[in-house]
Formats: sequence, structure tokens, C-alpha cells
Amino acid sequence: MDFRLTEEQEALKKEFEDFFREEMKNAPPEYGRGGLEGVFDTDEGFQFHRKVAKKLGEKGWLSRAWPKDCGGIGAPIVEQQIFNEVKDKYGAPGVDLVGLGMFAPTLIIAANDEQKERLLSRIAKGEVVYCQGWSEPDAGSDLASLTTTAIKDGDEYVINGQKIWTTGGHKADCMFILARTDPESKRSKGLSVFHMDMNLPGMQVRPILFMDGKHVYNEVFFKDVRIPARDLIGEENKGWQLTLDTMNFERSSVGMFAEGRVALEELIEYVKTTKRNGKYLSENPLVRQKIARLFTDLEVGHTLAYKIAWLQEQGGLSFAAYAASEAKVFGSELVLKIADLSTEIMGLYGGLAKSKWAPLNGDMVESYQFAMGNTVAAGSSEIQRNIIAWMGVGLPRFK
Amino acid sequence: MDFSFSSDQDILRKSVAEFLAKECSYETVKEIEESAEGYKPKLWKIIAELGWLEILLPEEYGGFGDPFLNAIIILEEIGKAAFPSPFFSTVIECGLVLLEGGSEEQKKTLLKKIADGKLIMALARYEEDASYFASGINMTAELSGDEYILNGTKMFVIDANIAEKLIVAAKTSEGVTLFLVDAKADGITCTKMPTIALDNTCEVICENVKVPKADIIGEPGKGWEILENISTKITVAKSAEMIGGAKASLDMTASYAKKREQYGRPIGGFQAIQHYMANMLLAYDTSVNYLYMVSWMIDEGIDCTKEASALKAQVNEKYKFISERGVQIHGGVGTSREFDIGLFYRRAKAYEFMAGDTEHHYEIVAQKLLD
Repeated sequence: MDFRLTEEQEALKKEFEDFFREEMKNAPPEYGRGGLEGVFDTDEGFQFHRKVAKKLGEKGWLSRAWPKDCGGIGAPIVEQQIFNEVKDKYGAPGVDLVGLGMFAPTLIIAANDEQKERLLSRIAKGEVVYCQGWSEPDAGSDLASLTTTAIKDGDEYVINGQKIWTTGGHKADCMFILARTDPESKRSKGLSVFHMDMNLPGMQVRPILFMDGKHVYNEVFFKDVRIPARDLIGEENKGWQLTLDTMNFERSSVGMFAEGRVALEELIEYVKTTKRNGKYLSENPLVRQKIARLFTDLEVGHTLAYKIAWLQEQGGLSFAAYAASEAKVFGSELVLKIADLSTEIMGLYGGLAKSKWAPLNGDMVESYQFAMGNTVAAGSSEIQRNIIAWMGVGLPRFK
Repeated sequence: MDFSFSSDQDILRKSVAEFLAKECSYETVKEIEESAEGYKPKLWKIIAELGWLEILLPEEYGGFGDPFLNAIIILEEIGKAAFPSPFFSTVIECGLVLLEGGSEEQKKTLLKKIADGKLIMALARYEEDASYFASGINMTAELSGDEYILNGTKMFVIDANIAEKLIVAAKTSEGVTLFLVDAKADGITCTKMPTIALDNTCEVICENVKVPKADIIGEPGKGWEILENISTKITVAKSAEMIGGAKASLDMTASYAKKREQYGRPIGGFQAIQHYMANMLLAYDTSVNYLYMVSWMIDEGIDCTKEASALKAQVNEKYKFISERGVQIHGGVGTSREFDIGLFYRRAKAYEFMAGDTEHHYEIVAQKLLD
């Protein structure tokens, strides 16, 4: 047992810290508390993301984890985790979760040389933002039931259908889309993965505003949209397997715990400096118990996240696979709990949105809303629990 | 970063687990629970020979200077087996008090006897007030010549009924002081208090009990400091035993859910059961990994008062949660004496209060964060 970082890891962490601390000084007010809302809701926030992404690309930090023949240095998983932890501690943008987090791993295992050269290098340089074309109105958790088609026609594919919950679809340069290439096929058979540009003739992006009025999500309509056949990734009709087979990149959700720790620090400062009924909130036994509870959750979650990264590095994929679901479900529900308990502690002030009256800049009331997106997106808490029960407990899968 | 155990630690865990599986089935546990002694002297003798009772001993007192993590491994396995024995009261609580505050003479004689399985001890600290603080100690110790005279009532004393010696916290003019007291001394009345765990919780009444001055542990007025200094280790040790119990609850419930059929399929195929069990596994995985981190901090000499308290609060809640869902998933048979899940459901409640309850530990965390 040894829970220390090595000297090299500490040095690396400091390098990341220095970079993000400096960059965040340039965050525009519109970027707010960051996250998807900070990046996608305003032009200013999005431009800030692009700027930081470019700098990260120049440093080679975006592609550190990639294999050498794909332009990376094959950095170990714990180093990726340190990067993600520091980035989220500062609430920094610059990492395209879809392009870098999902599509790049797919390209690394399945793209041909021409595609790697053309598509991967742009991701590594931080020049491109992707959105994800997976969910459809009738295919959410049951993704394999999707119906959007991509039918081959000469050296092109013709896309028809609709995608939904497309995060950042209104700002993204490209989409990575899963569509049905065999119209006669059922469920997971007959699906394929494509890269495509946005704003092609026949495409329409419509906003789905979040409950707080912010613009993050979209729905995207396709009517006879033509894309070149060279943008098929991997083999035709083998797209489902490809989405499952992505490379072993860091997936411990450590960022949520890093973000939570910062929120707790701010809450502690708030209760120590705010009086109600003649006493500091920090003297109220109920407030004290709530804060201790949050600290405990963050501690155990953070430790689990490090265990996952360590296991991934050891090749312990079977534990890491279900434990990644544990960290996702625990982390996303904890972010919500932090927002809930923080606003509870604030009392009447707890409902105030960003304004001169709102404690902690209204961040917690914003988080109380947007955190509901995290427990649904990228595999809802219910789907994660199914995975934990099947892979972790060994209970039978339902058909 | 390294979450792995050494091969010696793997062997230790395996040998403890195998011994308990063979010698102390859950049937045996239930028999022991129903006995007046609440433990099996024969098993106690064997585990002494196996070296379990010297796990905390430094080399100068005849031990191997094992890391604290090795004691944690034994306690986890004891927890899984629900093994009733004075291990916690004697080896952990009294052993740590002696190591922290005992004179050379006391350490040499008493620790050796404990390690050899020839001395059972009990720590008498709580009283009627049920306080975890020094202010809850009202038992008096008045100096009279070369002796102290103890008067008052101790409660929630684990294993006092089978102990040869007690460590008693009482108030002298200097403050809280720890005394080494013969359990059969004149003036002591020991009575078992019935508990949900069917364990050896006792009330110990002291009426004019005479204790020689030489039998003070540490110095007069320094007793509370000794208890404070070892409280982190005691807290983490109890948490380890509880986490072991949580693991056993989880495993037996999973195997039941795979076996038990309703509507023509195993109940573990139903999503309601799957989500309960996903939450149970998550509660266990978050707890057990944190246990190892806090134990590591102890071995590294890093102050972890706050972390140990966070751990016990976490484990208090999660052990109850896991065992309660365990009974529910077992259905009717889960509530029976015959099935084993009830062993853990009952212990989860009893252990919640030992070494500090949830509110107490959250308050310690809050003090560290806020004051």
C-alpha cells in the first residue's frame, strides 16, 4: 500500500496547476463556473474554450495518452488522471469531451492511416470541437434501437433521421455519428460510425434550452445529407462493437470529486463568515453535520477514483469497468447533493440565481439544476446501476 | 500509488479466513452468542498460538512489529466470520492503552500474557451518561494511603464478564486517570447487559474497590490523554471489523439473489433487486478502499484524526444500509434465526455505537474543518 504520488507525478501536477491557474485568470465573465454551460451557452465562453484548447494542443497535453504511432507519448493512466483532476479543480475548459474523450479513442483503434492523419491530428492540436450523434428521441438508454440511416450511394452515404441531446451541436465543427447502414438490420447489427462536418446541406440544428434557459443541448435533423464514404470509421455494419471497444483511457470520474472539493472549500468559507440569528452558520450543529457528511463522501469517492486508475493501469479491467460505473453514479449524484445541501444551508438565499445578492456567485443554485443533467447523460444512474449489478455483483442480465 | 497488499499480507488474510471458516461456522457463532461466556476458550487458545494476539506488538515486547494494516486484515476477516471473541476488547483496546500509557513493567508482563492468550482484559470507560467525552466520567478514585478507592458505575464494558483485569477510567483530584483493576476484586459487581448483538456488554459497579497506587496506567490525571491518543487506531480498527461484516452481508445476499427463484427466474434478475445490490456494492467499495488509505496514513505516521472519523461515520451508515438491504432481499427467511444475514444486521446496529457513533464522528470532522 502506498498512496503517495511519485516525485515525477508531483512535478507534473505542479506543471498542470501552474498552467491552469494562469489560464483561468483570462476567463471571461460569461464563462461563469465553467462546465458545459460555461463553454457552450455564450460566444465568449466558447472562444475561451478554443483558446485554452489550442494552448493545450501546442503543449502536446491533449494527446499525451495516445500511443506513439498516433502522435502521443503513451502517458500512463495515473498521469491522465492527474491532468483531469487539476483541470476540473480549476473548472478549466480546453478539453473536448466528445472529440478527445470518445472519438479519438475510436479513431486510434479503428481508423485507417489517412483518417488518423487527417482527423486525429486536428484533435491533438485542439483545433476542432466535436458533438456526439448517438441519442435519438426513441433511443436513449436503449441506444441500439436507433433508426437514423446512412445509406451508401456511390462514394457517398446519405443520412436521414434525427439526433437529440446533442451537447454543443450549435457550436461544434464536426459530429461523430452512429447510424444504421443496413436498413433491414435490427438493434446492434447494421450500425456504423462516421465522422461528419456540421452545417452540411440538409442539416438543421435546433436548440433545446436547459431548465435555467441556457443553451447547451440541441436536436439535429438530417434530410438527405450527403457525406463522403471515406469518412466511415472502421468496417461498415460493425459500428456497435467499435463503440464498446474504445481504448483504455482514464475513466475514474476524478474530475467530479475535484470539482466537489472546491465547492466544499467555498461552502466552508461561506459558513465561517456568514451570521444568522446572531451566530455564525458554522456554529450550527446541523450545518456542521452536513459539511462533515460532504467531506466524507468526497474522501471516499476520491479514493475510489484513484483505485480505478490504479487498476486500469494494472490491467484490472474487469473491476475497473464496473467501478467506473460506480464512480460515475456516485460522483454525479454527489455533485447534486453538494448543490442541494449548500443551498439548504443558505436558507432563503439558497434560491437566488447569479446576482449581487446571491451567495457564492449563485454557483450552487446553478449546479442544483445542471447537475441533474449529469445523472442522466452518458449512461443514466439507472443504467450505471444495471452495469454494477451485472458486472460487479454477477447478477443475471435481463434481455 | 499502489493499492496492493504484500504477499505476506495476502497469506495472513488467507490463513485467518480459512481458520475461521473451518473452526467458527455461523452455526458455531450462534451457539457462542447463546452461551454465558460469549466466547470459546479453546479457539482463543488456538488463535494465540497462531500469533493473532501479538499483531500490535513491537519487537521489543516480543512481537514482529507488524504494520497496523496487518491488524486491519485480521479484523476484516473477524468481521466477515462474525467471530465472537475478546479480540477487540483485549488486543485492540486494552493492548493499545498499555502500549501508549503503560509502564515498562506493565507492558512486559501484561502484553506478553495477552499475546499468549493467558489474559483477557476489558476497557471500562463509558458510564450512565453515555458520553464519548471526558465529562461523562463520574466514577471517583480517592487516594487513601497507598491505595485509591474507586466508587461508581461503568457501563457498556465489553467482555468484563470474562476479563481477569479491567482498565478503569476514574476521576482523581488530578483529573481522569486509568487504573488497572482485578476484575474479581472485592466490591466489583459485573452484570451482562442484554444487547442486540448478543455480546458481552456489561455493567460494572465499583463499591469501595481498592487499587494500589502502583496500578495506575500512566500518570494521575493523564488518563484521558492516553485514550485520546489511541482513539484514531481504535476507530479505524472497529471500522475494519464492520467492513468485513458488510462484505459478508453483500456476498451472502448476492448468492441468495442468484439462487432464489420467483416468477420462474432468479430474483437477482429483477431490476429492483439489481439496483439495491448495485448500491450495496458501491457502499462497500467506497468504504473498503478508504479504510486502506486511512490505515496507510496511520502506518506512515500522518495525522488522520479527521479521516478516521470520516471513515467510522461512513461505515456506521453503510454497514447498516448493506445489512438492512441484505435482510430485505432475503425476504422472510432473512428475518429468521436460522439464516445468517441477521447476524450482521444485529451487529451493524451494535457496532454503530462502539468507538463513536455517527454524530460524534461527524462533529470531529466538523471541528477539524470549521474551528
